[in-house]
Amino acid sequence: MKHELIYSRFNRFWHWTQAMLVVLLGLTGFDIHFQGLDLFGFETAVMLHRRLAWVFVVLIAFAIFWHFTTSQWRQYLPTRQFLLTMVRFYLIDIFRHGPHPVRKTAIAKFNPLQKLTYLGLKVLVIPVLVSSGFLYYYYNQWGASLAPTALRPIALMHTVAAYGLTAFMCAHIYLTTTGRTLWSNIWAMITGWELTEDDSEPTVTP
Amino acid sequence: MADFDDRRLPSRFGGRGRFAMTALVISAAGLTAAYGMFVASTAADQSPASMPATAPSQPVSTPAQTSTTIDPRTISVHRPSNPTADHTRFEILQQDFQDGPAVTAACLTCHTEASAQVMKTSHWTWICPGARKELEQRQGIEVGKAEHVINNFCIALGSNEPRCTSCHIGYGWKNTSFDFDNPNLVDCLICHDTTRTYKKFPTDAGHPVYAEKYPQGRPFEGKNWPPVDLKQVAMHVGKPSRYTCGTCHFFGGGGEGVKHGDMDVTLDQPQRDLDVHMSHQGIDFNCTTCHTTRDHKIAGRCFTIPPMGQDAVARRGIEANLLDCQACHTDAPHVSAKLNDHTDRLACQTCHIPSFARRKATKMWWDWESAGRLGPDGKALTETVEVKGEKVSSYDSKKGSFIWARDEWPDYVWFNGRVGHTFIGDTIDDQTPGRDLGRRTGRFDRLDDRQTVVPINTLHGSADDRGSRIWPVKIHRGRQPYDVKNKTLVVPKLFGPPGSGAYWSDFDWGKSIQAGMAYVGQPYSGEYGFIQTQMLWPLAHMIAPKEHAVRCEECHRPEQGRLASLTGFYMPGRDRSDLVDDAGLAMIAVALGGAALHGLLRILMGRRNPS
Repeated sequence: MKHELIYSRFNRFWHWTQAMLVVLLGLTGFDIHFQGLDLFGFETAVMLHRRLAWVFVVLIAFAIFWHFTTSQWRQYLPTRQFLLTMVRFYLIDIFRHGPHPVRKTAIAKFNPLQKLTYLGLKVLVIPVLVSSGFLYYYYNQWGASLAPTALRPIALMHTVAAYGLTAFMCAHIYLTTTGRTLWSNIWAMITGWELTEDDSEPTVTP
Repeated sequence: MADFDDRRLPSRFGGRGRFAMTALVISAAGLTAAYGMFVASTAADQSPASMPATAPSQPVSTPAQTSTTIDPRTISVHRPSNPTADHTRFEILQQDFQDGPAVTAACLTCHTEASAQVMKTSHWTWICPGARKELEQRQGIEVGKAEHVINNFCIALGSNEPRCTSCHIGYGWKNTSFDFDNPNLVDCLICHDTTRTYKKFPTDAGHPVYAEKYPQGRPFEGKNWPPVDLKQVAMHVGKPSRYTCGTCHFFGGGGEGVKHGDMDVTLDQPQRDLDVHMSHQGIDFNCTTCHTTRDHKIAGRCFTIPPMGQDAVARRGIEANLLDCQACHTDAPHVSAKLNDHTDRLACQTCHIPSFARRKATKMWWDWESAGRLGPDGKALTETVEVKGEKVSSYDSKKGSFIWARDEWPDYVWFNGRVGHTFIGDTIDDQTPGRDLGRRTGRFDRLDDRQTVVPINTLHGSADDRGSRIWPVKIHRGRQPYDVKNKTLVVPKLFGPPGSGAYWSDFDWGKSIQAGMAYVGQPYSGEYGFIQTQMLWPLAHMIAPKEHAVRCEECHRPEQGRLASLTGFYMPGRDRSDLVDDAGLAMIAVALGGAALHGLLRILMGRRNPS
């Protein structure tokens, strides 16, 4: 076993900032949607939601830049290799304390299920959420005259995507506990360093 | 002002929402810890600083919240200039006038065209040009004066003139023989008095109390009306004021605040929080600052024609009509862009009149059918009730029973500026239940919406109509007599001496309606009943300062919002899809439940098979 830097500093900054933004956007968004919760109050919630959304857009811009300049986008290319093995691991082997079937390295951070899920988030859920959010908030600047009845489908699309992201978060947070130890994944995401299996291959060092 | 926070009601979605929120709050707490640790860890991070330290932690800035304090002294919107004519020095005014027409005759010696101008206005004709057009198109008749207009307060003018015309801008409109072409019968003083002593007697067809006839004054309903010193008033004429307009308009419907719901005597010297424009403590607008006047024509009579289109924003001095708020404020008056997004579908009044009848109660329900209950002595009786500390009439043998409201949320309707009317002579539908046509029981009336509700006026508009905006209205509902066979609203004779058929003297509906309908020349079958009616009064006065404007969540909330009754559009915070919510929450429940089950299994298996 050896320590390996899996998540670069920007990777971690981006991950945790995004996580923070998603949670705050969720809190303000659901406060706007449900009310009666009195978390912020409608007016404040709308204001915060809008500002957080803009911060999120800036962060996404940096993240896209990072993904392409560092070729990190390749991490998300889906593969069928070990896909069923991963499913089998979560459904059966994990209860038998079998070993994790996919090794984590800096150049292959994700198991096949993660690749699929994160790709789905990146190309579907978040684009839908962000674009519907902007169409929603800036509806008056484009749609009030062009598409007078479009607000409802846009709003519903935004809500559906928000539920999807929230459900993902629940599963995502739980699955962090399925690492080497309960906290090892989270700890790695915080520090960047993870204890990985040693082998003869040269390791990638920062 | 009602405190909104006290009215906050638990949301129907509270339970479901709390579920989603709890999950999010827990993750937020965990995240904060994780983020904190991450930040701490970066300090100790050994990796070279290859990445630029971008920290988009600052929220995108919004335009600075600048607050401009307006010094009222710098605004000269309606500061009276010194007149170039001192009317006390005109010889023709230095006489003891016998009556009002004598004063007018004197005025006309200099202001030769004044009466001719006034006679073209609805102050004189008492019919709104738009209503006249509508009536002519519908009934194919040339309308003379106000004989076809009806309401659900004192119902109609015909046969009741001497009482009603105490608010006419003329002298002596007692009956149909009134000479509408006699320039001396125009009452100049009712608008141009500056002494606050000129008052028209309530039952004398527009005449004040004359010293010659009533040197000691004239009693009316327990009050003595002193004679008016016409000479003094004539020598001190000036521009109309909130007071002069108010002598009639504050008392529409037969008493202070009865009719409009946004006009009463408190507007004479309004506090800033009652009316931010008209307050004498602020910029001190006069009525005519917005109701601009040209040739005695005053902008704003009835809402038949939209005051101003969205594209026709005028500036003072360019267009005569400043009725629309946008004329001064533009359609993007707020610092917040999101607030400005509202102006295409909301009248300014919708947010800036947070409640109507803020200082004095206004009448909401008038049930004529219950009139006629006399006291044990056989005389008419009155009963009162308190509404938010104000004593108001709840019953009057002559008029029936009333319900009043004070400082309450308005109703809201889609309105494109066009109004339809039900006139005397129009056939009414007395079958369709009111609720089927959207005419519902209000909060301050005893309307039965399973029965017919005749719309005395109709504000046209809908969410689909891009020219419509949401307007605040006061809805006055009631029960009034109608002809059961001819299916028309009827004109009862109310005012008159005993034996004339006047209801207020004889208390006999049959005779009263017979007399009234005969007077206005309308057919009457002889069979009357009572029918429910409603009348909508768009609110436009008593604009509150911005700090009292309606707040977002008073409309944008799932239930009990101000706009709860308006449909046909999607409003964030109010509208949703239950399907989306249920499916979404189910999705979260599956994720959480799956995690819990999986975790539990791991724990159990771990215990059974320690390896």
